[in-house]
Amino acid sequence: MNSPISTALPSVAASPHAKEFSSVSTVMLKVMLALAPATLCGFWYFGWPAISLWLLTVASALAGEAACLVLMKKLVRPALLDGSALLTGWLLAMSLPPWAPWWIGVVGGLFATVVGKQAFGGLGCNLFNPAMVARVALLVSFPVVMTAWVGPSGQSASPGLVESLSITFGGSIPDAYTSATLLGQAKTELSRGVTLLQTFAQGLPVSFSGQRPGSMGETGIVLLAAGGLALLAMRIISWHIPLAMLLGIAIPALIGHAVNPARYLDAGAHLLSGAAVLGAFFIATDYVTSPSSRAGQLVFGAGCGFLTWVIRSYGGYPEGVAFAVLLMNALAPAIDRLCQPRIYGRDWRGNPIKLNKEK
Amino acid sequence: MGFLDKITGVSWGVHPHDDHKRPAADVPLRVMPIPATLCVPLLQHVGAPAKPVVAVGDKVLRGQLLASAQGNVSAPVHAPTSGVVTAIGPVIAPHPSGLPFDAITIACDGEDQALPASEMPDPLSLAPDEVTRQIAAAGIVGLGGATFPSAPKAQLGRKHAVETLIINGGECEPYLSSDDCVMRARAVEVVDGIRILMHATGAASALVGIEDNKPEAIAAMRAAAKSFDAIRICPVPARYPMGSDRQLVEVLTGKQVPAGARTATVGVLVNNVSTCAAIHRALRHGESLYRRIVTVNGGAVMDPGNVLAPIGVMVEDLLAFVGLKETPARLVMGGPMMGAALPHALVPTVKGCGGILALSAAEIAKPEPSPCIRCGSCVSACPMGLLPLEIAARVKAGDYDGADAQKLDDCLACGCCAYVCPSHLPLVHAFYHAKGELWKRAQQKKRNEFTKGLAQARTARLEREARERAEAAARRKAERAAQQAAQAAAAAE
Repeated sequence: MNSPISTALPSVAASPHAKEFSSVSTVMLKVMLALAPATLCGFWYFGWPAISLWLLTVASALAGEAACLVLMKKLVRPALLDGSALLTGWLLAMSLPPWAPWWIGVVGGLFATVVGKQAFGGLGCNLFNPAMVARVALLVSFPVVMTAWVGPSGQSASPGLVESLSITFGGSIPDAYTSATLLGQAKTELSRGVTLLQTFAQGLPVSFSGQRPGSMGETGIVLLAAGGLALLAMRIISWHIPLAMLLGIAIPALIGHAVNPARYLDAGAHLLSGAAVLGAFFIATDYVTSPSSRAGQLVFGAGCGFLTWVIRSYGGYPEGVAFAVLLMNALAPAIDRLCQPRIYGRDWRGNPIKLNKEK
Repeated sequence: MGFLDKITGVSWGVHPHDDHKRPAADVPLRVMPIPATLCVPLLQHVGAPAKPVVAVGDKVLRGQLLASAQGNVSAPVHAPTSGVVTAIGPVIAPHPSGLPFDAITIACDGEDQALPASEMPDPLSLAPDEVTRQIAAAGIVGLGGATFPSAPKAQLGRKHAVETLIINGGECEPYLSSDDCVMRARAVEVVDGIRILMHATGAASALVGIEDNKPEAIAAMRAAAKSFDAIRICPVPARYPMGSDRQLVEVLTGKQVPAGARTATVGVLVNNVSTCAAIHRALRHGESLYRRIVTVNGGAVMDPGNVLAPIGVMVEDLLAFVGLKETPARLVMGGPMMGAALPHALVPTVKGCGGILALSAAEIAKPEPSPCIRCGSCVSACPMGLLPLEIAARVKAGDYDGADAQKLDDCLACGCCAYVCPSHLPLVHAFYHAKGELWKRAQQKKRNEFTKGLAQARTARLEREARERAEAAARRKAERAAQQAAQAAAAAE
């Protein structure tokens, strides 16, 4: 009667006593893996300046996170290793103009984790998507730098390493490289009174392969969509937000274009431009800032898409994904409250279901 | 079959990639030799504890009544073997708290003498009430783990005129295979038990739900039920918690049981396959419920498998019978998803105990919790359609009323949410805590109302007494005045 199990065991705990193998860091890691092909594509198209900017942004996001944790006397290592700050910096870098100067990456990275995340209480507590908070802060504060686009040049025509460093750290982009995005061009020309039919008489400059000016990581549409489908297959995200968001952009675009093609871009141009695909699969699906019920996710995604179209079509800025996502983030708690799933044995209002007595 | 369409639509719950049921489930049933002592608890069921009818020093025989049922919802307990009653009093209960409960301790004499067998009439020719009475007398309770006494349940079924019996062969908990073992080895007994129960409840048909990860059990049950059209064997997807009555009822009948109501309200009654086998043994062979098949499994067990063990055997003796490879890091009574951690091995088994798990340190390894990232995994997993993350957030903030408003009360404590949580949050722990707090508050409220009632009664009594005193004083004064007046009048004469 004196075997070790006769006396108290080391661990008594509440059920369950089994656990699925998953953790926050594996979730983040899978998202990063899904994001990697499109990122490498961005590096390929936009060359060394994009790589430097990506590194600076990610490093700043991590530094901002670490500094806040130290100030709050929290454990730094586990929080940095969960990968959430890295992913925030990464997504921000994907949404920046690829040849933006170094301080854009640094200010943005710090802003994302310090103001966008830690000021709210850290992981899981932020109301707004930190990467989009930083992007919008930068766009509002430095509109000229944040809309200085370059065309993708591939490897041959891209600047060398030395010239790249001077682009990132020196100052401005050589004029020879600057270009305009489809959305930017449409907005500018429409504001000058030129119709879309005249502006794009040669056909719309859309590209599935991502050979177009745009943010560093938003142009590789096919690779982004493939990454998004991989996330769906790994059950990291569900289809509700991406599909609702893409339809939320496409349906009003279809209607608008059918009514007045001289004023409204078609659905294809909307989906293949800007951050529509990146936003639908990687940004709007951020767990922390989106609703958790399926119905809520449909409402949220549709809202993101519709607001993106509204801002693109009527707003002051050519691109609207970041603003749309932030606006819907603000609504997410309300959506969560209003779109609760029906509980087993209860009706939608939460009252026990009534049985229709047949006898 | 209409319900097949519904089966494919199951989206709740979890599907453990390794259910750990085999090889234990495939090992032939072993019979445990009678140990030196047995502790038969008096409370092994939902309801009032049984009342001892033997005294210390009494010699008892196998199957003899040790304690009788008290009240409507209760069940008697019987001696699992012959021996001498050495103690009636507290032993440590199989519960994480390590608190005691009352049990009858028997020093077994090793002879295993049984009560003389009596002639058993065919239960199917008896009146349903008599069948129910015999089920009650045999001490049969729900062996799936809920341990609700079977006789009052059958009565409830008659009262609600249920049409269908749902026989639960789901056994969705990982590691456990005792129901599987019963269905494989005793399919004929299970089917006969179902027929007896149909007779007792008046149900016209029975659906036996068996998870499709038990093909041998399905085949054995199909063969045994072949000649009975009213009993249908229905394979259901292996998905935890399929063995929860509400979930199984929905999968098999397409009906949801209203919140807070019993399954009988939708015309069905759920009974476990092991319960049916126990009913067969009681009504055909006069064998009261004093032994059952227990799965002994887990990483620390040398020869895992199913063991026919007397009820009240010490967990330590049971583990010694199957052997241990290493010192277990945790002992669990029941399955890993909902089972109770045991404080140590010196606790008796009970009627509802379908499994004892001796888990190794690697099996219970659980990383440190990290903040909730609102991923919604728990929402997809919850079989009740609750929002575990929202309830947990309210519990964490101490907002128990908020948790209540989120229908915490509907939570089954099945553990799916905590199982899938990537942040390793102890969600079920939080829900148990909050349920306890809410219960405590409800009790406090009741007590306050009672106290208030007493205080009001006291105030009323004091007022009444004061009034009565005042009235009495006034009366006396009036009498005195009248007397004085009378005296004065007399003096004046």
